[in-house]
This record gives sequence, structure tokens and C-alpha cells, in this order.
Amino acid sequence: MTSIAKPIATHPRLKTNSLGLTIRDYEGGMSTLCAGCGHDSVTAAIVQAAWELALPPHRAAKMSGIGCSSKTTAYFMKQSHGFNSVHGRMPSVASGAAAANRGLNVIGISGDGDSLSIGLGQLTHAIRRNTNMLYVIENNGVYGLTKGQFSASADIGSKLKKGETNEQPPIDPVLLALSVGATFVGRSFSGDKQQLVPILKAAISHRGLALVDVISPCVTFNNHEGSTKSYQYTRDHDVAAVEADYIPVCDPIEITGLGAQSSNGHADSLRVVQLHDGGTVRLRSTSPDYDPTDRASAHQHISACQRRGEIATGLLFVDSGSRSLHDVLRTSSTPLVDLRHEDLCPGSAALDSLMKRFR
Amino acid sequence: MDPTDVSDPRYYHKVVDCQWACPAHTNVPAYIRLIAQGRYSESYLLNRASNVFPGVLGRTCDRPCEPACRRGRIDEKPVAICRLKRVAADLRDDIEPFLPKAPEQKNGKRIALIGAGPASLTVANDLLPLGYTVTIFEKNREPGGLMRINIPSFRLPAQVLDDECGYIINMGAEMRYGAAVTSLAAVLDEGFDAVFVGSGAPKGKDLDIPGRHDDPAHVHIGIDWLANVHFEHIKKIEPRVIIIGVGNTAMDCCRSAKRLGATDVKVVARRGRQHFKASPWELEDAEEEQVEIIENHAPKRMVVENGTLVGMEFDVLDWTEDASGKQTSRVLRTETIPCDAVILAIGQDNAFPWIERDLGLEFNKWDMPVVDSETHQSTNPKVFFGGDAAWGPKNIIWAVAHGHAAAISIDLFCQGEDVTKRPPQGMNLLSVKNGLHSWAYDNGFDASGRQVMRHEDLTKRFRDMKVEVELGFSAEQVATEVSRCLNCDIQTQFNAPKCIECDACIDVCPTACLTITKAQSSEAELRKHLTVPATNADQDIYHSSPLPQTERLMVKDEDVCLHCGLCAERCPTAAWEMQLFDLLQPKAGATCHEEVPATV
Ligand SMILES: Cc1cc2nc3c(=O)[nH]c(=O)nc-3n(C[C@H](O)[C@H](O)[C@H](O)COP(=O)(O)OP(=O)(O)OC[C@H]3O[C@@H](n4cnc5c(N)ncnc54)[C@H](O)[C@@H]3O)c2cc1C
Ligand SMILES: Cc1ncc(C[n+]2csc(CCOP(=O)(O)OP(=O)(O)O)c2C)c(N)n1
Ligand code: SF4
Ligand code: SF4
Ligand code: SF4
Ligand SMILES: [Mg+2]
Repeated sequence: MTSIAKPIATHPRLKTNSLGLTIRDYEGGMSTLCAGCGHDSVTAAIVQAAWELALPPHRAAKMSGIGCSSKTTAYFMKQSHGFNSVHGRMPSVASGAAAANRGLNVIGISGDGDSLSIGLGQLTHAIRRNTNMLYVIENNGVYGLTKGQFSASADIGSKLKKGETNEQPPIDPVLLALSVGATFVGRSFSGDKQQLVPILKAAISHRGLALVDVISPCVTFNNHEGSTKSYQYTRDHDVAAVEADYIPVCDPIEITGLGAQSSNGHADSLRVVQLHDGGTVRLRSTSPDYDPTDRASAHQHISACQRRGEIATGLLFVDSGSRSLHDVLRTSSTPLVDLRHEDLCPGSAALDSLMKRFR
Repeated sequence: MDPTDVSDPRYYHKVVDCQWACPAHTNVPAYIRLIAQGRYSESYLLNRASNVFPGVLGRTCDRPCEPACRRGRIDEKPVAICRLKRVAADLRDDIEPFLPKAPEQKNGKRIALIGAGPASLTVANDLLPLGYTVTIFEKNREPGGLMRINIPSFRLPAQVLDDECGYIINMGAEMRYGAAVTSLAAVLDEGFDAVFVGSGAPKGKDLDIPGRHDDPAHVHIGIDWLANVHFEHIKKIEPRVIIIGVGNTAMDCCRSAKRLGATDVKVVARRGRQHFKASPWELEDAEEEQVEIIENHAPKRMVVENGTLVGMEFDVLDWTEDASGKQTSRVLRTETIPCDAVILAIGQDNAFPWIERDLGLEFNKWDMPVVDSETHQSTNPKVFFGGDAAWGPKNIIWAVAHGHAAAISIDLFCQGEDVTKRPPQGMNLLSVKNGLHSWAYDNGFDASGRQVMRHEDLTKRFRDMKVEVELGFSAEQVATEVSRCLNCDIQTQFNAPKCIECDACIDVCPTACLTITKAQSSEAELRKHLTVPATNADQDIYHSSPLPQTERLMVKDEDVCLHCGLCAERCPTAAWEMQLFDLLQPKAGATCHEEVPATV
């Protein structure tokens, strides 16, 4: 909560994007989350990514379930569409929206409870379907909204504020996604926008479901000593396994942060992957034997990190040849919502003739 | 990179742009808040503690604070600081019981002040409460200096000046009116412990062109003419008047001429508008009164026929600027403008014919006394200078600032102390947090535009010289204008060890002031690495000590901070806090003396 809405005054030298909008135009309502919640930083990263990509706000739909994380769709892109659904059911509703209007940029926001506890089935099927959407899990290891019970992403040995220890194994959304056929998988940290923003930009540009797991500390219930999802713990154990840089199609390919040579001298670790919108992601794994375009290699490497107690972050896997839900179903290139009613619903005679084929 | 030192009062002082720009360091945001709360008398007293003449200055101040005001960098128009000062003055109750008083028991030191302008009156204001015996020599029969005899009463009603001079004089200054000092030696011989020269810059500049002295009755020196108008020695002027010069004196001359019967008034300037010295609002007011302003005309000669002035001849100039910015002019043609009278308003000079040159008081090559810029002491240790007399014509608020500084010196000098050992500035910082989301100040941002001053009807204002043109703000305008102030004195204060680098403050800041970033080789370099690069070099940036988790720095560009407090509201650890900054400005007799402490 805050005492006032954010003043409308902006910095007089704010830049505008190609739509003539400033970053402030991508903001939403004032956050009512706890001060210092990682989710607010994820919101800010989405605002920045959407502004940098010049997403037309009226072409975006923000979908969410229930939880503090799911509330955040109200805090960005106030001019966009949105649907705040039932706990764990965001993927179905998002799939419906994406199916009906293939022209929409669907931005799904969920939590570890929403997606890994109650909504696990929904998540895995959305990944399988490869619904064209950005799927962000704001992962804090607890049910923040209901006052901090362990969620399914809590690590073994992680402690609650009052001392209880989690003894059940965590579900790692990244490994899970890789194993059910995800075509774009990333992980980042709310406290590291330099890493998070390019991943989000690439994820939004990806055709198919782009899952981004963001460690996003719950400052109120899970930011103490003994927690494995605190700001301090995450900073101490975060290992950038892959560095990514998203370059939109209109920008000249200038090497920014990523040198052709990795810091450990392996020239071969730089990969340039072209996405469907013509933009490219440049990926550099920090280890030479890790190929982020190879599913098995990615899986292996991330599991290895996990065994070492490291949190592998970065754009961990991308399949640029991915076929989204619409490609697989061979739907019309005109968004369904734009089809004339007669074409969408050809009437009982057409239905009868269709039915005849199955008799 | 060393972290920014915010224990030096100058850091936060500079953030309060208006207070920093005000020569007397008036605590603007605090007095505006008092007005917002309807506490006009307190607001008046807080003003008075710094600027001594709130009623006068609320109408006439040159307002260096307004171009500095942060609000001007946010939505182009500064807060109407000056006109709000007038609100406090107009709406105050009887404040006399709260004024400082001179003690019964004097301290035995006698001070002579020469001239009863704002500079001398400020010295008297500061020294009388300390027990000094103060004698003011004034050649006129009323106090106020140029505020009285030159600033026309349609801008400054006499009553306002009477009240504010009275507050000082009534503390017990001995007034010697009609006492033009003709010898400083004679004053010193009276055995004063110190003398303050606040005699102003009383000589109007003349223009040496052909015809100047051919019809002297119709050619006037601006400041003398205004004085004569004040004394009612002059009650009318011919219909067609040319004013030469385009400073503030010219503006008062042209508008006064309009009120004394002139129908065709032209202000003629050698250069283009962008070089005019007059304040923009005075130009606007003159033009509203149908004064014509003519640019790029250089006076050539006065045309006098049969002993009567009939016009003035000008070279019409074309100015060009070379690559280095140097201006050169070329004469396009010569033009004669018919007129019946000319007023020369081209500046003032100092004149000290009454100061003997054998008193150990050195004069420089411009025949100006050698005066120390900090202590105001001349080379005769007993003699101090301030106001326009010290370094040439400035304005009222500078005269006041000089008066305060000179009073400190005179006090130190009379107490046998070193005048160069000045009492330091101090500060108080006070938390303004009332609760989780509740502040002791109104932190909301009001997007309203600057309120426009209401003016007396054009038809009414020419009836009498004394009709005040500016009517003051309406109650609604006051309510709006006070809420435009950003409360720049409510400072953001950072405590690095508490920060967990959650980015909440960065994300919430409406004007992108904050950045957490790696240290750079220099501050100049750091300025380039901010969320929005800090290109306004006049504004400081704050950088913290290394943050606990990543050793990066918290950096704040002060340039366009709205002082909305959202960074502190969203900070989970109170690493950012909002603190009321109260500058403790040294004054004569006390290191950190303030009549009214600032409040929220
Ligand atoms: C036409 C005009 C308009 C102005 N308008 C503004 C304005 O709107 N706002 C603003 O801030 N400033 C304005 N100024 C400037 C401002 O009035 C002066 O800067 C200010 O008054 C200087 O104060 P002072 O105390 O130094 O001297 P002054 O105000 O000049 O006072 C000096 C006093 O000393 C007396 N005196 C001089 N010599 C002797 C002597 N030998 N013996 C005894 N007494 C002596 C004089 O009679 C006078 O009373 C204006 C100036 C002019 C000329
Ligand atoms: C069907 C259903 N079951 C349970 C709840 C109670 N509930 C609300 S939010 C929440 C957990 C949210 O956790 P997460 O998705 O991790 O979000 P966070 O608040 O941690 O961001 C639960 C269990 C509910 N709202 N609906
Ligand atoms: S906004 Fe208010 S406090 Fe800030 S500079 Fe302007 S007048 Fe002063
Ligand atoms: S007070 Fe804090 S949040 Fe508000 S503008 Fe200033 S730095 Fe930004
Ligand atoms: S909100 Fe507070 S704790 Fe978070 S980054 Fe800002 S100062 Fe640090
Ligand atoms: Mg959670």
C-alpha cells in the first residue's frame, strides 16, 4: 500500500519508444503488495520489456490466477486486457484467449503455489499445447497471500519464519518444463533486471509458450535466514548458466554485453538463435559443454547445478523451430475473433454434413 | 568513490532550490506549508526571520528563488513563491507581540547606520535585540530608501512599508531624519563603536549625446524623477514620453508616466528583448498598460527646436552574433521618434563625496570602497558596507542579506572577536513519518498550473498613482498554489547498511531519480550510468557507501525528485527515510538563532 497514487509527473527527459510512449505509459495501478516484494520488481521488468519492445498495449492480455503474484497484472499495462481467473486455472483461460485471438500478446502471471501446487496439471498441459504466451512464475517458495505456508517449490531444509523445516522435495518448474516439451525456458531473479529484462523480451517474442521462472522473494514471509528464496540466499547461490541478449529485428546486430568469446575463453559457446518475429537471441553459456539449444544438454546441466546447490539462471533452453498451438491445429491465419460469424459458426446444415462424415 | 557527505548542511540546503537561491535563505517550503494550514502569522514570522520585509518583498522581490524552483523543472512554471509571501503578509494577525524586543539594559555599544534603506534597517533589526544602541542617519524624512522613494506606490503601498520599517524602528532606533551625512569623519567623531554605510547607489546615470542639455526641463534622470514623483514635486508629464533603457527603473518610469497624464509612452532599448534587464513580469505589466517597447534603437541625439524638445533621433541597429557569441551591431538607418519628454533610466552609480579619503578607508580604481565580500568590513575596521553601497546596485533581498552578514560582523567586532571567524551554518533533521503510510506533510502531487495574479481593472488603475495593481491571490488560488510546492525541504535520507537491494524504491520513483549501480571511476562517469543520465550539472547526485549484498551503490539524482516519499513508503527496511531539513542560518548574537523553527 501507499498513501498516494504515483504522481503523474515524469522525468522531463524520458525517452519514448517507436509508438511514442514513455515507460510510464506501460505502468498500471499502484501496487498493494508488501513493500519490498520481489513481485513488484518483476512487474517493473515486464513494464520495461514491454516498453522496449513497443508492444501496443491494446494488443496485450494479462492473465492470472490467485496469489500475490497473480495480483500483479493490475500493476502494469493498465490499458491492456486482462483476466484474473481462479486459483491455478490461469493456463486454461489464457489458452482460450490465445486460441480465440492469435494476434494477442498473452502475458500470464502466476505463482509457485498457483502453478506448482494447485495448478500443476494446468501448467504442464499448457506447456504441452505450446500455447503462444509468456508464462511467468513469480517463485517465492511460499503461499504469500495466505500468509506464508510452504509451496511445492520450497527446497528441502528451507525454514519458515517460525522455524518449521520443509522436508518434501521441491518441484523445479524449469526441469519440469523441459521434460514436458517446453520450447522456451528461462530462470532469473527479481533483483537482477539486467538479466531478467532481455529474457522477458525474448520470451514475449517467442512463438509458443515461454516459461520464465523468476525467483521473487517474499519479503514478509520468506526473506529470513534459513530461507532458500531470500534476497541474500539467491544472490549467494545464483549462477548465470547462460547469458542472453535479445536483439529485436530492427536493431543492428551490435555485440552489447556478450563478447564473442566467453570469459573462460571458449569461443564456441556463443549461439545466435533467430526467433519467429525476426529478432535474435544471443546466448552464451558459461560452461563449454552446455548447449542451450539442446534439450538433453540443458536438462543435464541444470540438474548438475541443482546438485551443487546452485541456482542456474539465464535463458536456459530455446527451440527456435517450435510449433505453437495454432501451427499444430492449423487454425485460420485470421484470428478467430475476427472471422465473420457465418464463417465461425456455419450453421446446422454444415454441422450435419460434418457429422455425416463420422457416421 | 567516497560516499556523499550529507552531514554538511550544504548538501540538503542545496536540494531546497528556492532557499538555496534566496540570498537571505528564506525557508520557502516551510512558510508555504504554514500558509496551507492557515497559519499566516507564523508564516509571516518565519519569513521575517530571514527576509525582514515579507510584505514588501511579497510584492517587489526580484525573486531569484522562482527560476530556481524545482517545480519549474517538472512542469515549466515555478511555484509563485513571491506572491505566496504576500499572502502571509496580507492575512497575518497582529504579530507585534511576537517580534523581537530590545532589552532595557543596553550593552553599551553605539552603532551608526548611514541611510535608512533595507540594508541599514536589517542591521538595526539584528542588532537592537542584542542591546546595541543604534542611530540611523537618513537624508529624507521617511525610512525605506529606494523602496520608499523610487518603487511606485501602485506596486508597493506606503502602509506596507510603514508597518515593516516600523517593526524595526519601534524597537528603539534613534532616527535622525533630514540628516544627510556630509562627513564620515564627523560621524566617527561622535564616538560610535562601528559605522554601517547603507547609503545605496544614489546617482542616476546621464546620457552624453548632442542636445542633451538644450531643453533640460524635459529631460529627466529616472531615479530622480521617480523620487520627485514620490515627493509630489512632479504631478504631471507631457503626453509623449520616451524612456531610455529597459531595466526595472525604466518599467517604473513608463508606468508612472502613464499615471501622470502621458498618453504615448515608448520604452526604447539598444538591444533585443532577450537582453532586457527588466523582469519578464514587469515587462508584461507595462505592455498590459499599453506601453510600447522598441528594440534595437541606439540614442543618437535629442532634437530640440526653438528651445523645446520635439523628438529623439536613433540609430536603428542590426545585431549579429559571431561564433564566439560576441555581439556586433550595424546601423541600418536613422530614425526620429517625436516626443515631448525623455526619461533616462540607464542605471545607477555610487557616489561617496562625503567620505574623506584620509580615514584609512581605501578606495579602488573605480572609486569604490574596498570591502571584504564575506565580512563587509572596509579597510577601516570600524566601517562596514552593505546593500547597493557596497558593490553597486542590486536589489532589496540582497540588501537584506548583506545587512544580516554585516550585523554578524559588527557584533563580533564590538565584542572584540575576529570578524573572519563566522558562526557556521547548522541543520536539524527530523523524521516526518507518522505511520506506515502516513506522513506529517502532504506528499501528494498536485498537477495544477501556476496561478495567474489578478490585476486591478485597467480603467481603475490610472485614476490614482496609489491604486495597487496586483490584487493578490483569491482564497482558491492560494489553496491551489500552496499545493504546487513539492516540499523540497522534506529530504530523502539513505542508510546503506539497511538496504536489501529489492529495487522497490527504484521501481516506484515517478521521476526515475534512483539507480542501484556499480561504482565508477568518478562522479562524472557515474552520472552517465543512471536510469536517466544526470545531465543537469547544477544539481547534485547522491551516492551511498557500498550496499551490503552486492557492493553496488545507491545513487540519487536530486534534479527532479518530487519529494513524494514513495521511495521511503515502499522501502521494506526503512533504508530510505523522509526527514524535515531545517537550515540553521547563523545570525548576529547567536550561532544558530531562529525566531521560528520550521515545522511541517
Ligand atoms: C526605480 C527602482 C525600482 C526598483 N525596484 C525594485 C524592486 O521591485 N525589487 C527590488 O528588489 N529592488 C528594486 N530596486 C532596487 C532596490 O530598491 C535597491 O537595491 C535597494 O533599495 C537597496 O537598498 P539599500 O539599503 O542598499 O539602499 P537604498 O534603498 O538606496 O537606501 C539608501 C538610503 O540612504 C540614504 N542616503 C544616501 N546617502 C545618504 C547620506 N549621505 N546621508 C544620509 N542618508 C543617505 C538615502 O536617502 C536612502 O534612503 C529598484 C530600484 C529602483 C531605482
Ligand atoms: C481454490 C483455492 N484454493 C485455495 C485458495 C487459497 N489461496 C489463495 S492464494 C494461495 C496460494 C498462492 O500462492 P502463490 O501462487 O505462490 O502466490 P504468492 O502469494 O506466493 O505470490 C492459496 C492457497 C484459493 N484462493 N482458491
Ligand atoms: S517546489 Fe516548493 S520547496 Fe521545492 S523549490 Fe519549489 S518552492 Fe521550493
Ligand atoms: S521522494 Fe523518492 S520516490 Fe519520490 S521522487 Fe524523490 S526519490 Fe523518487
Ligand atoms: S526499497 Fe529500500 S531496501 Fe529496497 S532497494 Fe530501495 S532502499 Fe534498498
Ligand atoms: Mg508463492
